Amino acid sequence: MLHVNGKAREVQADAETPLLYALRNDLGLVGTRYGCGLGQCGACTVIIDGKAVQSCDVPLSAVVGKQISTVEALAADAALHPLQKAFIAEQAAQCGYCASGILMAAKALLDVNRNPSDADIRNALERNLCRCGTHSRILRAIKRAAKELRGER
Amino acid sequence: MAQANSSTPARKLPGSLETNRRLDRWLSVNADGTVTLVTGKVEIGQGILTALIQMTAEELDIDVSRIRLKAASTAFSPDEGITSGSRSIQESGLALRHAAAEARDLLLARAAQKLGVTLESLTVKDGVISARGGGSVTYWELAAPDLLAREASFDVSEKLPQEHVLVGTSLARVDIPGKITGRPSFVQDMNLPGTLHGRVCRPAGPKATLKSIDVKEVGQMPGVVAVVRDGSFLGVVAEREEQAIRAERRLARLAQWTPGPELPANDPRQLLALQAEAETEVISTKGDPATVGARQFSAEYTKPYIAHASLAPSCSIAHWEGGKVRIWTHSQGIYPLRGDMAQVLGLPEQDIVITHVEGAGCYGHNAADDVTLDAVLLARAVPGRPVRVQWMREDEFCWEPFSSPMVMRLNAALDDKGNIINWGHELWSHAHSTRPGSKGGVNLLAAWDLEKPLPAAKPGNPPLPGGGSHRNAIPLYDFPNQKVTNHLIRRSPLRTSALRALGGFANAFAIECFIDELAEAAGADPVEYRLRHLKDARAKAVIEKVAQMAGWKPNEKGDGERGRGIGFARYKNLAAWIAVIAEVRVEEEARVTKLWGAVDVGQAINPDGVINQIEGGMIQSASMALKERVDFDKSAVTTRTWDEYPILRFTEVPEIEVALINRPEAPPVGAGEGTQGPVAAAIGNAICNALGARLRDMPFTRDRIVAALSA
Repeated sequence: MLHVNGKAREVQADAETPLLYALRNDLGLVGTRYGCGLGQCGACTVIIDGKAVQSCDVPLSAVVGKQISTVEALAADAALHPLQKAFIAEQAAQCGYCASGILMAAKALLDVNRNPSDADIRNALERNLCRCGTHSRILRAIKRAAKELRGER
Repeated sequence: MAQANSSTPARKLPGSLETNRRLDRWLSVNADGTVTLVTGKVEIGQGILTALIQMTAEELDIDVSRIRLKAASTAFSPDEGITSGSRSIQESGLALRHAAAEARDLLLARAAQKLGVTLESLTVKDGVISARGGGSVTYWELAAPDLLAREASFDVSEKLPQEHVLVGTSLARVDIPGKITGRPSFVQDMNLPGTLHGRVCRPAGPKATLKSIDVKEVGQMPGVVAVVRDGSFLGVVAEREEQAIRAERRLARLAQWTPGPELPANDPRQLLALQAEAETEVISTKGDPATVGARQFSAEYTKPYIAHASLAPSCSIAHWEGGKVRIWTHSQGIYPLRGDMAQVLGLPEQDIVITHVEGAGCYGHNAADDVTLDAVLLARAVPGRPVRVQWMREDEFCWEPFSSPMVMRLNAALDDKGNIINWGHELWSHAHSTRPGSKGGVNLLAAWDLEKPLPAAKPGNPPLPGGGSHRNAIPLYDFPNQKVTNHLIRRSPLRTSALRALGGFANAFAIECFIDELAEAAGADPVEYRLRHLKDARAKAVIEKVAQMAGWKPNEKGDGERGRGIGFARYKNLAAWIAVIAEVRVEEEARVTKLWGAVDVGQAINPDGVINQIEGGMIQSASMALKERVDFDKSAVTTRTWDEYPILRFTEVPEIEVALINRPEAPPVGAGEGTQGPVAAAIGNAICNALGARLRDMPFTRDRIVAALSA
C-alpha cells in the first residue's frame, strides 16, 4: 500500500521494484519520468515526506507508509501551482522532459524557504539535469513563483 | 490555373508544398469551427508546432485556439523528409502559409457566391466572413470536403509582413501546459491496453558478435513472455518494465561475445592517420592560395566524439496484428524510417504505419530510429500485444550515433598592416549523416546484428552549400586569397551522424579562434578586426550589437582570471547570423559566467521562441566546449552514465542575455543550430584573453588548462 498524492493506492509488484515504475505503470502517473535509473539526472524526482527524492533509485519497500507526491498533484483542484504558472509565464521549457522533476525539486525547496537566493535555487537543482539549456528561464520562473508565494507582485 | 510551358522555367511552390501539392494534405476546415493542421515536421523540443500554428492562423484570419494539430503519421501526413537542419520554418512553415492563404481565398470565393457580393466587399474576422453591405457566413458553414481537394496553385497572395498580427508575436508554446502538469506528453508516456515491455541486450562493443547463450533460465524468470534471438540481436519481452530490465541484465551476464575489431586511441588526430582513405575535395579557392604575406601563421584545432545525450533514453512502441505493424516513434523522419523498416521486415510500406509522438529534446540523429526497430523486432514475437521499448541510459550513451571527431588546420598570411591576405582551412572528419532513408543500405542498429544482416548505407555527408563535415568551413570573411579543403573519411571506428550544426560546430570554432589569434598578432581588437574583414552588413550588425550589449572595450585585456572573447558565424553561410561574447573566470577550471548573444533570423515568427532556442543552444554548446567527450577503450564505449559524461549543471550555467535583430521584411531562416560554433569560439577566446594561453582542443578541461599554462 502506497500513499500517493493524498490517496492510499495498492500496487502489486515486487518489493524491490523502483518506485518510478509503480508510479508510471501501475498508477498511471506518467509525469514522473525515467532518465537514467541511477539517480543522476532528476527526471524522476518526487517528494517523499517533504524531501525531493529520485524515484528511480528507491524501492517500494522503502516508501511504504510514507507520503509521496508527484507532479500530478502540484495543481490543486485545477488551479495551477505558482511554480506552474511561472513556468508558463517564463516559457521555461524546451522539450520539457526534465520539467516535472525540476518542478518537484523546486517545490521541496519553496515549501521550506519562500525567499531563496539564486544560489539556494541552483543548489536545490544540483541533481536535476536539463539538456536543452533552459536553465536561465527555469531559474527566473522559480524566483517568480517564490515571489508569488510571498504575496509580492 | 497556371500552366507550365516548355519554354519557361518551372515555377516552384513554397517549401514542402512543391513536393506535397494537395491542399487537403495540409489543412482541413471543419464544420465544428476548427481547422486541422497536418505537418510532416515534428516537435523535437524546439517549439516548431507553435510557430506553424501561428503562420497558419495568420493567413486564415482565425484565432489560434481553433487549430487542431494532427500528429505526423505515414497514414496521411505530407512527406517532409527529416526534421533537421533548422529548415522547418522554411519548408513546412512556408508551405502552410501558402496553403492557408489559398484556403482563405477559396473560402472567400464561396462566400462571395453565396452572399451574392463581390470579393472586394468581404472581410474576415476569426472565420466569420462579412460583406460590407451586410450579410455574413462562416468558414464552418462553408466547409465541405471538396474545398481543399485540389492542388495548390501558384498565384496566391499571402499577407504582407506589415499586415501580420499573429506572426511576430511571442505566442505561448502550445505544449508547455501539458508538460508542466504531468500529462502524458511523450512517446515514453503512451500506455496502450495490454502493453508489454521489452529491452535489448546489446553486444559487448561495436561489431562484436554473439558467440553463445543459453536463454532457458531467462525464459523462466518472472514475467518474461519471450526471449528473442536473431543472429547477434538479443532481447526480452516481459509483462512488467522492471521484469524486462532484470531479464535483460541476466542476458547480459550469460551472453558470450566475440569482440569486434580493436578500437583506436581516443584522439581526434587519429583521423590524420586515415589520410590514405580520405576523399579530398577543395571546396573553395579565391585568388592565389599560395600568396605569401609579411607574416605567416598556422594552428590546429580539434573536437572529440560528442554525444547527443538526450535527457530521455529513446523509446518506441510497436504493435503487430495480421502481419502488419503499427509503430509510435520520436524519429525525426517517419517516411525515411518506414523505407528502411520495410527493407528489414520484407514488407510493403503500406503495411507499416508509423506515427510520430514526441520524445525528449532531440539535437540530431539520436537513437530514436534504432529503438524503433528494436521494438518492432521484439513485438513481432508477441503479435497482438503492443511492446514498449525504452533504452536504458547506458544503451543510449554507448550506442547512439555520435558527432564525429574533427581536426581543423588553419593557416593565414598577413600583410604589413596586419590584414589577412590569404586564408587556408583544411579539415578532417568522418561522415555527419547516417540516417535512415539513405540509398544503398539500412541505417538501423539492430539490422546489422541480425542472422541475415542488412548492411549499412555508405555514410553520407550533406552537400554544400549547407554542407556536412564542411558546413561553415568556407569563411564568411572577405579574404582576397583562400583555399578550403575537406578530407572526408567515411569509415569510422564508432558510428557517427548528425548532431546540432554538424561540422559547423568545429569549423566555426576553429575559424573564430584563429581570427582572434591573427588579431592578436596584428595588434588589433578582435571586434574591429572581424568588422574590417567583413562585407556582409547583417554580419557586421550582429557583431556590433553584441559588442554594444556587452560593453566591449577595444583591446580589453583579461586579468589572469577573468576574460572575455567573441565568436561569430552565419549558420551554414545561409541561415541565422549569430555573434556571441563570453565572459569566463578561470580558477581551477574554466567557468563561463556570462554569455551575450545577438541574432538575426530574418522574420522572427515567434520572437520568444527564437530567443528560447538561442539561449538553449548557447548553454548546450558551452557545455560541449567545456566538458563533453565520449570515451572508449579498445573494445567498447566506456561513457555509460552521466558520471562519465558530465554536462553543465544549474550551479554552473552562465547568465544569458540575447538580443534579436528582427527583420520582418526578410525571409525567415532557421535559428536552432547557429550558436554552436560561435559560443565555443567565444569561450576559447575568452580563456585566452584571461590567461594568455590558447586552448585549441575541445573540451577545455582542467588538465588542458594546466597544460596550456605550463606550455
